Amino acid sequence: MATIFVYAEMAGGAPAAVTLELLTHLRTLGDTVEAVLLHPDGAAATAVLGAYGATRVHLGTDPAYRDHLAQPAAASLTRLISERRPDLVVFGATYEARDVCGRVSARTGSTVVANGLGLRRGDDGYLVDSAIFGATLQVTTQLSGPSPLVLIRPRSFTAEAGPSLEPEVVPVPAGIAPEHLRARRLDSVTVPASGPRLEAATIVISGGRGLQDAANFQLLERVAELVHGAVGASRAVVDAGWVPYSRQVGQTGKTVKPTVYIACGISGAMQHTVGMKGAAHIVAINKDPDAPIFRLADLGVIGDTLTVLPEMIRQLEQRAG
Amino acid sequence: MNVVVCVKQIPDPSAAGRLEPNTHRLVRDGVDVVLDPGDEVAVEAALRVAEAAGAEVTVVSMGPERGIDAIRKALAMGAHRAVLVSDPRLAGSDALATSRVLAAAIARTGADVVVAGTESTDGYTGIVPAAIAELLDRPALTFATAITVDGNTVRIQRQTEVGHDLVEAPLPVVITVTGAANQPRYPSLRGIMAARAKPVDRPSLEDLGIDPDTVGPTAAAQLVVAVTPASERTAGEIVVDDGGGARRIVDYLAALKLI
Repeated sequence: MATIFVYAEMAGGAPAAVTLELLTHLRTLGDTVEAVLLHPDGAAATAVLGAYGATRVHLGTDPAYRDHLAQPAAASLTRLISERRPDLVVFGATYEARDVCGRVSARTGSTVVANGLGLRRGDDGYLVDSAIFGATLQVTTQLSGPSPLVLIRPRSFTAEAGPSLEPEVVPVPAGIAPEHLRARRLDSVTVPASGPRLEAATIVISGGRGLQDAANFQLLERVAELVHGAVGASRAVVDAGWVPYSRQVGQTGKTVKPTVYIACGISGAMQHTVGMKGAAHIVAINKDPDAPIFRLADLGVIGDTLTVLPEMIRQLEQRAG
Repeated sequence: MNVVVCVKQIPDPSAAGRLEPNTHRLVRDGVDVVLDPGDEVAVEAALRVAEAAGAEVTVVSMGPERGIDAIRKALAMGAHRAVLVSDPRLAGSDALATSRVLAAAIARTGADVVVAGTESTDGYTGIVPAAIAELLDRPALTFATAITVDGNTVRIQRQTEVGHDLVEAPLPVVITVTGAANQPRYPSLRGIMAARAKPVDRPSLEDLGIDPDTVGPTAAAQLVVAVTPASERTAGEIVVDDGGGARRIVDYLAALKLI
Protein backbone atom coordinates (compact mmCIF):
# COMPACT_ATOMS: atom_id res chain seq x y z
CA MET A 1 0.00 0.00 0.00
CA ALA A 2 1.23 3.45 -0.85
CA THR A 3 2.21 5.86 1.92
CA ILE A 4 1.41 9.55 1.92
CA PHE A 5 3.12 12.03 4.23
CA VAL A 6 1.19 15.10 5.33
CA TYR A 7 3.25 18.00 6.62
CA ALA A 8 1.10 18.95 9.64
CA GLU A 9 1.07 22.46 11.07
CA MET A 10 -0.13 24.05 14.28
CA ALA A 11 -2.17 27.25 14.59
CA GLY A 12 -3.04 28.72 17.97
CA GLY A 13 -2.19 25.57 19.92
CA ALA A 14 -4.22 23.17 17.75
CA PRO A 15 -3.73 21.51 14.36
CA ALA A 16 -4.13 24.04 11.56
CA ALA A 17 -7.41 23.93 9.62
CA VAL A 18 -5.59 23.15 6.37
CA THR A 19 -3.89 20.13 7.96
CA LEU A 20 -7.26 18.66 8.91
CA GLU A 21 -8.63 19.41 5.43
CA LEU A 22 -5.74 17.51 3.85
CA LEU A 23 -6.06 14.52 6.20
CA THR A 24 -9.81 14.34 5.56
CA HIS A 25 -9.31 14.14 1.82
CA LEU A 26 -6.26 11.90 1.79
CA ARG A 27 -7.82 9.23 4.00
CA THR A 28 -10.37 8.63 1.21
CA LEU A 29 -7.64 7.67 -1.32
CA GLY A 30 -7.05 4.26 0.24
CA ASP A 31 -3.39 4.85 1.06
CA THR A 32 -1.64 4.91 4.41
CA VAL A 33 -1.62 8.49 5.67
CA GLU A 34 1.12 9.56 8.06
CA ALA A 35 1.49 13.02 9.55
CA VAL A 36 4.80 14.74 10.20
CA LEU A 37 4.31 17.22 13.02
CA LEU A 38 7.26 19.36 14.05
CA HIS A 39 6.25 21.76 16.80
CA PRO A 40 6.99 22.09 20.54
CA ASP A 41 3.25 21.91 21.35
CA GLY A 42 2.68 18.97 19.02
CA ALA A 43 2.22 16.22 21.64
CA ALA A 44 -1.25 17.49 22.50
CA ALA A 45 -2.34 17.44 18.86
CA THR A 46 -1.57 13.88 17.78
CA ALA A 47 -4.99 12.49 18.80
CA VAL A 48 -6.75 15.07 16.62
CA LEU A 49 -4.56 14.17 13.66
CA GLY A 50 -5.57 10.54 14.23
CA ALA A 51 -9.23 11.45 14.34
CA TYR A 52 -8.89 13.04 10.90
CA GLY A 53 -7.07 10.12 9.35
CA ALA A 54 -3.39 9.91 10.31
CA THR A 55 -2.48 6.35 11.29
CA ARG A 56 0.99 7.43 12.39
CA VAL A 57 2.38 10.74 13.59
CA HIS A 58 6.10 11.47 13.31
CA LEU A 59 6.45 13.93 16.15
CA GLY A 60 9.29 16.35 16.78
CA THR A 61 8.94 18.78 19.69
CA ASP A 62 12.19 20.73 19.61
CA PRO A 63 11.42 24.44 20.20
CA ALA A 64 13.69 25.22 17.24
CA TYR A 65 10.90 24.12 14.89
CA ARG A 66 8.89 27.10 16.10
CA ASP A 67 11.62 29.60 16.85
CA HIS A 68 13.65 29.26 13.64
CA LEU A 69 12.37 29.54 10.09
CA ALA A 70 12.12 26.49 7.82
CA GLN A 71 15.62 25.05 8.08
CA PRO A 72 15.20 22.80 11.17
CA ALA A 73 11.87 21.45 9.86
CA ALA A 74 13.22 21.00 6.31
CA ALA A 75 16.23 19.06 7.57
CA SER A 76 14.12 16.72 9.72
CA LEU A 77 11.52 16.19 7.01
CA THR A 78 14.22 15.49 4.44
CA ARG A 79 15.71 12.86 6.72
CA LEU A 80 12.31 11.20 7.23
CA ILE A 81 11.61 11.20 3.49
CA SER A 82 14.95 9.61 2.63
CA GLU A 83 14.49 6.94 5.30
CA ARG A 84 10.86 6.08 4.68
CA ARG A 85 10.47 7.00 0.99
CA PRO A 86 6.80 7.98 1.00
CA ASP A 87 5.03 7.87 -2.37
CA LEU A 88 3.80 11.44 -1.95
CA VAL A 89 4.34 14.36 0.43
CA VAL A 90 1.49 16.84 0.80
CA PHE A 91 1.70 20.35 2.28
CA GLY A 92 -0.88 23.07 2.83
CA ALA A 93 -0.02 26.17 0.79
CA THR A 94 0.87 28.25 3.86
CA TYR A 95 3.74 30.67 4.49
CA GLU A 96 5.60 28.14 6.63
CA ALA A 97 5.03 25.07 4.47
CA ARG A 98 6.04 26.78 1.22
CA ASP A 99 9.46 27.55 2.67
CA VAL A 100 9.89 24.03 4.02
CA CYS A 101 8.71 22.44 0.76
CA GLY A 102 11.13 24.47 -1.38
CA ARG A 103 14.06 23.46 0.79
CA VAL A 104 13.07 19.78 0.85
CA SER A 105 12.78 19.78 -2.95
CA ALA A 106 16.34 21.13 -3.23
CA ARG A 107 17.59 18.40 -0.90
CA THR A 108 15.70 15.37 -2.21
CA GLY A 109 15.50 16.38 -5.87
CA SER A 110 11.75 15.72 -5.78
CA THR A 111 9.53 17.71 -8.10
CA VAL A 112 6.99 20.19 -6.69
CA VAL A 113 3.49 21.03 -7.89
CA ALA A 114 2.06 24.08 -6.15
CA ASN A 115 -1.41 25.58 -5.93
CA GLY A 116 -3.18 22.25 -6.03
CA LEU A 117 -6.95 22.34 -5.63
CA GLY A 118 -7.55 18.61 -5.99
CA LEU A 119 -5.55 15.41 -5.67
CA ARG A 120 -6.34 11.90 -6.96
CA ARG A 121 -4.69 8.63 -7.84
CA GLY A 122 -4.30 7.95 -11.52
CA ASP A 123 -3.14 4.79 -13.26
CA ASP A 124 0.40 6.14 -13.64
CA GLY A 125 0.84 8.23 -10.54
CA TYR A 126 -0.90 10.86 -8.48
CA LEU A 127 -2.79 13.58 -10.33
CA VAL A 128 -2.97 17.15 -9.08
CA ASP A 129 -5.62 19.56 -10.33
CA SER A 130 -4.82 23.23 -10.31
CA ALA A 131 -6.23 26.34 -11.93
CA ILE A 132 -4.43 28.74 -14.24
CA PHE A 133 -5.24 31.98 -16.01
CA GLY A 134 -7.48 33.15 -13.23
CA ALA A 135 -9.22 29.79 -12.92
CA THR A 136 -10.51 29.76 -16.51
CA LEU A 137 -8.54 26.58 -17.18
CA GLN A 138 -8.05 23.52 -15.04
CA VAL A 139 -4.70 21.80 -15.44
CA THR A 140 -4.11 18.19 -14.39
CA THR A 141 -0.49 17.32 -13.64
CA GLN A 142 0.77 13.77 -13.28
CA LEU A 143 3.56 13.24 -10.77
CA SER A 144 6.45 10.84 -11.05
CA GLY A 145 9.86 10.31 -9.51
CA PRO A 146 10.69 9.66 -5.87
CA SER A 147 8.47 11.27 -3.20
CA PRO A 148 6.96 14.13 -5.24
CA LEU A 149 5.87 17.19 -3.25
CA VAL A 150 2.47 18.86 -3.57
CA LEU A 151 1.23 22.13 -2.09
CA ILE A 152 -2.57 22.27 -1.77
CA ARG A 153 -4.36 25.57 -1.28
CA PRO A 154 -6.31 25.97 1.97
CA ARG A 155 -10.05 25.36 1.73
CA SER A 156 -9.72 22.96 -1.21
CA PHE A 157 -11.38 20.28 0.93
CA THR A 158 -13.82 20.31 3.85
CA ALA A 159 -12.42 19.00 7.13
CA GLU A 160 -14.46 16.26 8.76
CA ALA A 161 -13.42 13.92 11.56
CA GLY A 162 -13.52 10.23 10.71
CA PRO A 163 -13.57 7.10 12.84
CA SER A 164 -11.35 8.06 15.75
CA LEU A 165 -8.07 6.19 15.59
CA GLU A 166 -5.31 6.39 18.14
CA PRO A 167 -2.33 7.06 15.88
CA GLU A 168 1.02 5.49 16.50
CA VAL A 169 3.34 8.30 17.65
CA VAL A 170 6.92 7.95 16.47
CA PRO A 171 9.39 10.45 17.88
CA VAL A 172 11.55 12.30 15.37
CA PRO A 173 15.17 11.91 16.50
CA ALA A 174 16.40 14.97 18.38
CA GLY A 175 19.34 17.03 17.22
CA ILE A 176 19.24 20.15 15.07
CA ALA A 177 22.38 21.39 13.39
CA PRO A 178 23.54 24.81 14.63
CA GLU A 179 23.78 26.11 11.05
CA HIS A 180 20.01 25.65 10.77
CA LEU A 181 19.37 28.11 13.59
CA ARG A 182 20.41 31.28 11.75
CA ALA A 183 16.96 32.70 10.90
CA ARG A 184 15.44 33.46 14.28
CA ARG A 185 11.88 34.49 15.09
CA LEU A 186 12.10 37.30 17.66
CA ASP A 187 8.45 38.12 18.03
CA SER A 188 5.01 37.22 16.66
CA VAL A 189 2.43 39.96 16.40
CA THR A 190 -1.25 39.13 16.00
CA VAL A 191 -3.07 42.04 14.45
CA PRO A 192 -6.36 42.14 16.31
CA ALA A 193 -9.28 41.84 13.92
CA SER A 194 -12.85 42.36 15.00
CA GLY A 195 -15.42 39.98 13.59
CA PRO A 196 -14.73 36.70 11.82
CA ARG A 197 -11.52 35.95 9.98
CA LEU A 198 -11.54 36.48 6.23
CA GLU A 199 -11.09 32.77 5.48
CA ALA A 200 -13.82 31.70 7.90
CA ALA A 201 -16.50 34.34 7.34
CA THR A 202 -19.95 33.47 5.96
CA ILE A 203 -20.14 36.85 4.26
CA VAL A 204 -17.13 38.58 2.74
CA ILE A 205 -17.43 42.12 1.48
CA SER A 206 -14.46 43.28 -0.58
CA GLY A 207 -13.47 46.64 -2.01
CA GLY A 208 -11.47 47.70 -5.04
CA ARG A 209 -10.48 50.82 -6.92
CA GLY A 210 -14.13 51.80 -7.24
CA LEU A 211 -14.10 52.90 -3.60
CA GLN A 212 -11.90 55.78 -4.78
CA ASP A 213 -10.28 56.47 -1.43
CA ALA A 214 -8.85 54.47 1.49
CA ALA A 215 -11.21 56.25 3.88
CA ASN A 216 -14.22 54.71 2.11
CA PHE A 217 -13.22 51.28 3.38
CA GLN A 218 -15.05 52.38 6.54
CA LEU A 219 -18.28 51.76 4.62
CA LEU A 220 -17.24 48.13 4.11
CA GLU A 221 -16.23 47.84 7.76
CA ARG A 222 -19.67 49.03 8.81
CA VAL A 223 -21.52 46.63 6.49
CA ALA A 224 -19.30 43.78 7.69
CA GLU A 225 -20.10 44.67 11.28
CA LEU A 226 -23.83 44.67 10.58
CA VAL A 227 -23.84 41.31 8.74
CA HIS A 228 -21.11 39.66 10.89
CA GLY A 229 -18.88 39.42 7.84
CA ALA A 230 -15.25 40.09 7.04
CA VAL A 231 -13.68 42.74 4.81
CA GLY A 232 -11.47 41.79 1.87
CA ALA A 233 -9.71 43.78 -0.84
CA SER A 234 -8.37 43.56 -4.37
CA ARG A 235 -4.66 43.57 -5.07
CA ALA A 236 -4.86 47.05 -6.60
CA VAL A 237 -5.93 48.69 -3.36
CA VAL A 238 -3.55 46.61 -1.24
CA ASP A 239 -0.67 47.67 -3.51
CA ALA A 240 -1.90 51.26 -3.17
CA GLY A 241 -1.50 50.88 0.59
CA TRP A 242 -5.17 51.44 1.44
CA VAL A 243 -5.48 48.24 3.46
CA PRO A 244 -2.97 45.67 4.73
CA TYR A 245 -1.88 42.69 2.64
CA SER A 246 -3.67 40.34 5.05
CA ARG A 247 -6.95 41.55 3.49
CA GLN A 248 -5.99 40.64 -0.06
CA VAL A 249 -8.20 38.15 -1.87
CA GLY A 250 -6.86 36.58 -5.06
CA GLN A 251 -4.03 34.74 -6.71
CA THR A 252 -1.34 36.32 -4.56
CA GLY A 253 -3.64 36.72 -1.56
CA LYS A 254 -6.19 34.57 0.20
CA THR A 255 -8.72 32.13 -1.19
CA VAL A 256 -12.15 32.58 0.35
CA LYS A 257 -15.27 30.45 0.03
CA PRO A 258 -17.99 32.33 1.89
CA THR A 259 -21.70 31.78 1.44
CA VAL A 260 -21.93 35.27 -0.06
CA TYR A 261 -19.14 37.35 -1.56
CA ILE A 262 -19.95 41.00 -2.17
CA ALA A 263 -17.53 42.69 -4.60
CA CYS A 264 -17.68 46.48 -4.35
CA GLY A 265 -15.99 48.51 -7.07
CA ILE A 266 -13.92 45.50 -8.16
CA SER A 267 -13.64 44.99 -11.92
CA GLY A 268 -13.07 41.24 -11.64
CA ALA A 269 -9.56 40.74 -13.01
CA MET A 270 -8.46 37.11 -13.05
CA GLN A 271 -5.90 37.88 -10.37
CA HIS A 272 -8.84 38.59 -8.05
CA THR A 273 -11.49 36.12 -9.18
CA VAL A 274 -9.25 33.08 -8.65
CA GLY A 275 -9.51 33.82 -4.91
CA MET A 276 -13.29 34.18 -4.68
CA LYS A 277 -14.87 32.11 -7.45
CA GLY A 278 -15.64 29.36 -4.97
CA ALA A 279 -18.18 31.51 -3.10
CA ALA A 280 -21.65 29.97 -3.08
CA HIS A 281 -23.23 33.29 -4.09
CA ILE A 282 -21.61 36.36 -5.63
CA VAL A 283 -22.99 39.88 -5.48
CA ALA A 284 -21.28 42.68 -7.42
CA ILE A 285 -21.65 46.44 -7.36
CA ASN A 286 -19.86 48.30 -10.13
CA LYS A 287 -20.36 51.45 -12.19
CA ASP A 288 -19.08 49.80 -15.35
CA PRO A 289 -21.77 47.58 -16.94
CA ASP A 290 -19.00 45.76 -18.87
CA ALA A 291 -16.96 44.89 -15.77
CA PRO A 292 -16.04 41.17 -15.97
CA ILE A 293 -17.19 40.67 -12.38
CA PHE A 294 -20.80 40.79 -13.65
CA ARG A 295 -20.18 37.58 -15.62
CA LEU A 296 -19.75 35.77 -12.30
CA ALA A 297 -22.37 37.56 -10.28
CA ASP A 298 -25.62 35.96 -9.14
CA LEU A 299 -26.84 39.47 -8.39
CA GLY A 300 -25.21 42.44 -10.08
CA VAL A 301 -25.99 46.06 -9.34
CA ILE A 302 -24.79 48.55 -11.94
CA GLY A 303 -24.27 51.66 -9.88
CA ASP A 304 -21.92 53.72 -7.75
CA THR A 305 -20.59 51.76 -4.79
CA LEU A 306 -20.38 55.02 -2.84
CA THR A 307 -24.15 55.50 -3.22
CA VAL A 308 -25.23 51.89 -2.77
CA LEU A 309 -23.18 51.13 0.36
CA PRO A 310 -24.49 54.00 2.54
CA GLU A 311 -28.03 53.01 1.59
CA MET A 312 -27.28 49.36 2.46
CA ILE A 313 -25.93 50.49 5.84
CA ARG A 314 -29.10 52.53 6.49
CA GLN A 315 -31.35 49.57 5.71
CA LEU A 316 -29.27 47.08 7.68
CA GLU A 317 -29.26 49.43 10.69
CA GLN A 318 -33.02 49.71 10.40
CA ARG A 319 -33.40 45.94 10.39
CA ALA A 320 -31.06 45.65 13.37
CA GLY A 321 -33.43 48.06 15.13
CA MET B 1 28.50 43.93 0.27
CA ASN B 2 27.11 42.34 -2.90
CA VAL B 3 23.40 42.32 -3.60
CA VAL B 4 21.65 40.09 -6.14
CA VAL B 5 18.04 40.36 -7.24
CA CYS B 6 16.30 37.53 -9.12
CA VAL B 7 13.87 38.64 -11.84
CA LYS B 8 11.63 37.03 -14.43
CA GLN B 9 10.06 38.34 -17.58
CA ILE B 10 6.46 37.20 -17.86
CA PRO B 11 3.61 37.56 -20.36
CA ASP B 12 1.65 40.72 -19.59
CA PRO B 13 -0.57 39.58 -16.69
CA SER B 14 -3.44 41.77 -17.92
CA ALA B 15 -3.54 39.90 -21.27
CA ALA B 16 -5.39 36.60 -21.65
CA GLY B 17 -2.92 33.71 -21.45
CA ARG B 18 -2.83 30.76 -23.84
CA LEU B 19 -1.22 27.33 -23.79
CA GLU B 20 0.49 25.51 -26.64
CA PRO B 21 -1.99 22.67 -27.41
CA ASN B 22 0.63 19.89 -27.65
CA THR B 23 3.25 20.80 -25.10
CA HIS B 24 0.90 22.64 -22.69
CA ARG B 25 3.61 25.28 -22.40
CA LEU B 26 2.78 28.94 -22.15
CA VAL B 27 2.46 30.64 -25.55
CA ARG B 28 5.07 33.41 -25.49
CA ASP B 29 5.07 34.42 -29.16
CA GLY B 30 3.01 37.48 -29.98
CA VAL B 31 2.34 38.19 -26.31
CA ASP B 32 3.64 41.37 -24.70
CA VAL B 33 6.12 40.55 -22.00
CA VAL B 34 6.92 42.63 -18.95
CA LEU B 35 9.11 42.56 -15.86
CA ASP B 36 7.05 40.65 -13.29
CA PRO B 37 5.37 43.32 -11.11
CA GLY B 38 6.37 41.33 -8.02
CA ASP B 39 9.98 41.52 -9.16
CA GLU B 40 9.81 45.32 -9.42
CA VAL B 41 9.25 45.29 -5.66
CA ALA B 42 12.25 42.95 -5.28
CA VAL B 43 14.45 45.24 -7.41
CA GLU B 44 13.40 48.25 -5.32
CA ALA B 45 14.15 46.36 -2.08
CA ALA B 46 17.57 45.28 -3.43
CA LEU B 47 18.40 48.85 -4.48
CA ARG B 48 17.47 50.20 -1.04
CA VAL B 49 19.59 47.59 0.76
CA ALA B 50 22.53 48.28 -1.58
CA GLU B 51 22.18 52.08 -1.41
CA ALA B 52 22.25 52.02 2.40
CA ALA B 53 25.42 49.91 2.35
CA GLY B 54 27.15 51.61 -0.59
CA ALA B 55 26.93 48.32 -2.48
CA GLU B 56 26.01 47.33 -6.03
CA VAL B 57 23.13 45.27 -7.38
CA THR B 58 23.42 42.40 -9.85
CA VAL B 59 20.28 41.23 -11.63
CA VAL B 60 20.07 37.47 -12.21
CA SER B 61 17.52 35.93 -14.56
CA MET B 62 16.87 32.70 -16.44
CA GLY B 63 14.76 32.60 -19.58
CA PRO B 64 14.66 33.25 -23.31
CA GLU B 65 16.96 35.91 -24.77
CA ARG B 66 14.02 38.29 -25.08
CA GLY B 67 14.05 38.36 -21.26
CA ILE B 68 16.71 40.99 -21.74
CA ASP B 69 13.95 43.63 -21.74
CA ALA B 70 12.98 42.77 -18.17
CA ILE B 71 16.62 42.92 -17.20
CA ARG B 72 17.03 46.32 -18.90
CA LYS B 73 14.12 47.64 -16.86
CA ALA B 74 15.78 46.50 -13.62
CA LEU B 75 19.04 48.09 -14.81
CA ALA B 76 17.13 51.28 -15.67
CA MET B 77 15.76 51.35 -12.12
CA GLY B 78 19.36 51.45 -10.91
CA ALA B 79 20.85 47.94 -10.82
CA HIS B 80 24.47 47.86 -11.97
CA ARG B 81 24.94 44.71 -14.01
CA ALA B 82 23.12 41.55 -14.99
CA VAL B 83 23.47 37.83 -15.56
CA LEU B 84 21.07 36.19 -18.03
CA VAL B 85 21.11 32.41 -18.30
CA SER B 86 19.49 31.67 -21.63
CA ASP B 87 19.63 28.26 -23.27
CA PRO B 88 17.02 26.43 -25.35
CA ARG B 89 17.66 23.32 -23.26
CA LEU B 90 16.16 25.14 -20.26
CA ALA B 91 12.70 25.54 -21.82
CA GLY B 92 10.13 23.49 -19.89
CA SER B 93 12.24 23.26 -16.74
CA ASP B 94 10.40 22.81 -13.46
CA ALA B 95 10.85 24.97 -10.36
CA LEU B 96 13.63 22.77 -9.00
CA ALA B 97 15.73 22.96 -12.18
CA THR B 98 15.15 26.73 -12.28
CA SER B 99 16.37 26.97 -8.69
CA ARG B 100 19.53 25.00 -9.52
CA VAL B 101 20.39 27.28 -12.43
CA LEU B 102 19.71 30.49 -10.51
CA ALA B 103 21.62 29.25 -7.46
CA ALA B 104 24.63 28.41 -9.62
CA ALA B 105 24.51 31.85 -11.27
CA ILE B 106 24.16 33.59 -7.90
CA ALA B 107 27.04 31.61 -6.40
CA ARG B 108 29.39 33.14 -9.00
CA THR B 109 28.51 36.68 -7.90
CA GLY B 110 29.53 36.21 -4.26
CA ALA B 111 26.27 37.81 -3.13
CA ASP B 112 25.77 38.55 0.56
CA VAL B 113 22.11 39.39 0.04
CA VAL B 114 19.80 37.75 -2.51
CA VAL B 115 16.39 39.38 -2.98
CA ALA B 116 13.44 37.81 -4.84
CA GLY B 117 9.68 38.17 -5.08
CA THR B 118 7.65 35.63 -3.12
CA GLU B 119 6.36 34.04 -6.33
CA SER B 120 6.09 34.81 -10.02
CA THR B 121 2.85 36.34 -11.22
CA ASP B 122 2.57 33.81 -14.10
CA GLY B 123 3.52 30.39 -12.70
CA TYR B 124 3.15 31.32 -9.01
CA THR B 125 4.78 28.13 -7.71
CA GLY B 126 6.50 30.17 -5.00
CA ILE B 127 9.19 27.68 -4.00
CA VAL B 128 12.18 28.89 -6.03
CA PRO B 129 13.59 31.34 -3.43
CA ALA B 130 13.48 28.73 -0.63
CA ALA B 131 15.10 26.15 -2.90
CA ILE B 132 17.83 28.64 -3.86
CA ALA B 133 18.47 29.34 -0.17
CA GLU B 134 18.80 25.61 0.51
CA LEU B 135 21.12 25.05 -2.46
CA LEU B 136 23.30 27.97 -1.28
CA ASP B 137 23.03 26.76 2.33
CA ARG B 138 21.69 30.07 3.63
CA PRO B 139 18.88 31.19 5.88
CA ALA B 140 15.92 32.79 4.12
CA LEU B 141 13.86 35.68 5.46
CA THR B 142 10.64 35.24 3.52
CA PHE B 143 7.42 37.18 2.90
CA ALA B 144 9.04 40.44 4.03
CA THR B 145 6.84 43.51 4.29
CA ALA B 146 9.70 45.63 5.72
CA ILE B 147 13.50 45.16 5.75
CA THR B 148 16.26 46.69 7.87
CA VAL B 149 19.97 45.90 7.65
CA ASP B 150 22.15 46.57 10.70
CA GLY B 151 25.77 45.67 10.05
CA ASN B 152 25.79 41.96 9.39
CA THR B 153 22.24 41.37 10.61
CA VAL B 154 19.11 41.57 8.48
CA ARG B 155 15.78 41.96 10.19
CA ILE B 156 12.38 41.77 8.51
CA GLN B 157 8.71 41.98 9.27
CA ARG B 158 7.34 38.72 7.95
CA GLN B 159 3.75 38.40 6.79
CA THR B 160 1.81 35.67 8.65
CA GLU B 161 -1.75 34.38 8.52
CA VAL B 162 -2.71 36.47 11.56
CA GLY B 163 -0.35 39.46 11.52
CA HIS B 164 3.41 39.52 11.26
CA ASP B 165 6.55 38.12 12.84
CA LEU B 166 9.81 39.88 13.51
CA VAL B 167 12.60 37.69 12.14
CA GLU B 168 16.35 38.17 11.83
CA ALA B 169 19.33 36.36 10.34
CA PRO B 170 23.01 37.08 9.80
CA LEU B 171 24.48 37.60 6.32
CA PRO B 172 24.63 35.92 3.87
CA VAL B 173 20.89 35.65 3.45
CA VAL B 174 18.02 35.26 0.97
CA ILE B 175 15.09 37.68 1.33
CA THR B 176 11.70 37.45 -0.39
CA VAL B 177 9.39 40.45 -0.52
CA THR B 178 5.60 40.77 -0.77
CA GLY B 179 3.87 43.53 -2.72
CA ALA B 180 3.50 45.47 0.53
CA ALA B 181 7.28 45.88 1.01
CA ASN B 182 7.68 49.10 -0.95
CA GLN B 183 6.55 51.24 -3.86
CA PRO B 184 8.95 50.55 -6.75
CA ARG B 185 10.56 53.60 -8.34
CA TYR B 186 10.00 54.46 -11.98
CA PRO B 187 13.09 54.32 -14.16
CA SER B 188 14.29 57.82 -15.00
CA LEU B 189 15.10 58.78 -18.58
CA ARG B 190 18.75 58.93 -17.58
CA GLY B 191 18.43 55.48 -16.02
CA ILE B 192 16.92 54.08 -19.21
CA MET B 193 19.78 55.52 -21.28
CA ALA B 194 22.41 54.25 -18.84
CA ALA B 195 20.88 50.76 -18.77
CA ARG B 196 21.82 50.18 -22.42
CA ALA B 197 25.50 50.38 -21.57
CA LYS B 198 25.45 48.24 -18.44
CA PRO B 199 27.15 44.85 -18.72
CA VAL B 200 25.09 41.68 -19.17
CA ASP B 201 26.93 38.41 -18.61
CA ARG B 202 25.55 35.34 -20.44
CA PRO B 203 27.03 32.21 -18.89
CA SER B 204 26.33 28.83 -20.52
CA LEU B 205 25.03 25.83 -18.59
CA GLU B 206 28.57 24.45 -18.83
CA ASP B 207 29.97 27.68 -17.31
CA LEU B 208 27.60 27.18 -14.39
CA GLY B 209 28.47 23.50 -13.99
CA ILE B 210 24.88 22.47 -14.70
CA ASP B 211 24.38 19.02 -16.20
CA PRO B 212 21.96 19.56 -19.12
CA ASP B 213 20.28 16.27 -18.24
CA THR B 214 19.05 17.78 -14.97
CA VAL B 215 17.08 20.60 -16.64
CA GLY B 216 14.33 20.91 -19.22
CA PRO B 217 11.12 18.93 -19.62
CA THR B 218 12.60 15.42 -19.48
CA ALA B 219 14.21 16.09 -16.11
CA ALA B 220 10.93 17.35 -14.62
CA ALA B 221 9.12 14.55 -12.79
CA GLN B 222 5.78 16.06 -13.67
CA LEU B 223 3.72 16.13 -16.81
CA VAL B 224 0.60 18.08 -17.67
CA VAL B 225 -1.80 15.38 -18.82
CA ALA B 226 -4.99 17.40 -19.29
CA VAL B 227 -6.11 20.99 -19.70
CA THR B 228 -9.84 21.55 -19.52
CA PRO B 229 -11.97 24.66 -19.31
CA ALA B 230 -13.01 25.23 -15.71
CA SER B 231 -16.74 25.09 -15.16
CA GLU B 232 -17.85 28.65 -15.67
CA ARG B 233 -20.37 30.30 -13.43
CA THR B 234 -23.36 31.57 -15.26
CA ALA B 235 -24.28 35.19 -14.81
CA GLY B 236 -27.34 35.88 -12.72
CA GLU B 237 -29.59 38.88 -12.55
CA ILE B 238 -28.10 42.26 -13.34
CA VAL B 239 -30.00 45.39 -12.32
CA VAL B 240 -29.25 49.06 -12.86
CA ASP B 241 -29.26 50.98 -9.59
CA ASP B 242 -32.18 53.39 -9.64
CA GLY B 243 -32.07 53.88 -5.89
CA GLY B 244 -33.28 50.33 -5.22
CA GLY B 245 -29.96 48.51 -5.65
CA ALA B 246 -29.16 48.45 -1.95
CA ARG B 247 -32.60 47.05 -1.16
CA ARG B 248 -32.05 44.23 -3.68
CA ILE B 249 -28.80 43.22 -1.98
CA VAL B 250 -30.29 43.36 1.51
CA ASP B 251 -33.27 41.27 0.36
CA TYR B 252 -30.88 38.81 -1.26
CA LEU B 253 -29.00 38.34 2.02
CA ALA B 254 -32.28 38.04 3.90
CA ALA B 255 -33.56 35.37 1.48
CA LEU B 256 -30.44 33.33 2.27
CA LYS B 257 -31.27 33.82 5.97
CA LEU B 258 -27.91 35.46 6.58
CA ILE B 259 -29.35 38.59 8.21
